[in-house]
Amino acid sequence: MNCAEFVELVTEFLDGSMSESAELSCVVHLARCEGCETYLDQFRQTTAALGGTLPGPGIPAAAREQLLEAFRGATRP
Amino acid sequence: MAGPRELPPDEVLVQRLRDGDEETFALVLDSWSGGMVRLAMSFVSTKDSAEETVQDTWLAVIRGIDGFEGRASLKTWVYRILVNTAKARGAKESRTVPFASLLPEEEGPTVDAERFRATGEPYAGHWVAGQEPRPWHIPEDHVLRGEVREVIAEAIDELPPRLRTVITLRDVAGYGSEEVCSLLEISPGNQRVLLHRGRALLRRKLESYLSGAHDIAGGRGRA
Ligand SMILES: [Zn+2]
Repeated sequence: MNCAEFVELVTEFLDGSMSESAELSCVVHLARCEGCETYLDQFRQTTAALGGTLPGPGIPAAAREQLLEAFRGATRP
Repeated sequence: MAGPRELPPDEVLVQRLRDGDEETFALVLDSWSGGMVRLAMSFVSTKDSAEETVQDTWLAVIRGIDGFEGRASLKTWVYRILVNTAKARGAKESRTVPFASLLPEEEGPTVDAERFRATGEPYAGHWVAGQEPRPWHIPEDHVLRGEVREVIAEAIDELPPRLRTVITLRDVAGYGSEEVCSLLEISPGNQRVLLHRGRALLRRKLESYLSGAHDIAGGRGRA
């Protein structure tokens, strides 16, 4: 396996959906390739960063107010 | 504008929402609505319609929070309501996102071929010296983390719609691959191709952003 091949397999590798022999080839490649180890780590960091709070325009202020009101008015036991 | 804040763990969130704690409700509302509007846009035809979908979703969350069983994370549960609401609305607007087959631009290598040694050279397909990824760290600092989130959010907005949909469901909303396949009626192989391409594009954006930030820290400025 070379690096150009490895970088296309990272998602499959992280998903754990690979055959045992393909996974082994990846592990062997990673053990001796610093560049690909870094690439893998960056992929992990990228997906982890996506799980946090992402800024965005969200909903209009009036809609937000209505929702807060609905939350206040919800009947609770 | 609410800045990015870390949310407490699910058990705490859910209990506070059930107790009617308005501050907590405002916190999740402000934290997640941006991503939710972004995802809803994949299923409905206009921004107004996407915003209304998100509003309807939150109303369903308010009504249903007592019945939340905690089998998935709170965020995944909220997003599931969102996707069902958005799909129903999209069907009414006769808008469907076709996922059956891949587009030509969605296939092919995800890393610039220039970064690898050419065929015929020794070590063909291995990183060219100086072109290998350099380790970077997403900063711990609160303000810098906020900047990284801005970069990511912008990069997601720039993704082609199908890549955006898959990556939002998998990495932002926390769905598993099987759920995404059934939700979008897409094969596991195609789902993986779209996800991988989306992640690779975002990694590239972060790479250039973080190496630029490093240059500034080193006093060299940005070109
Ligand atoms: Zn390698």
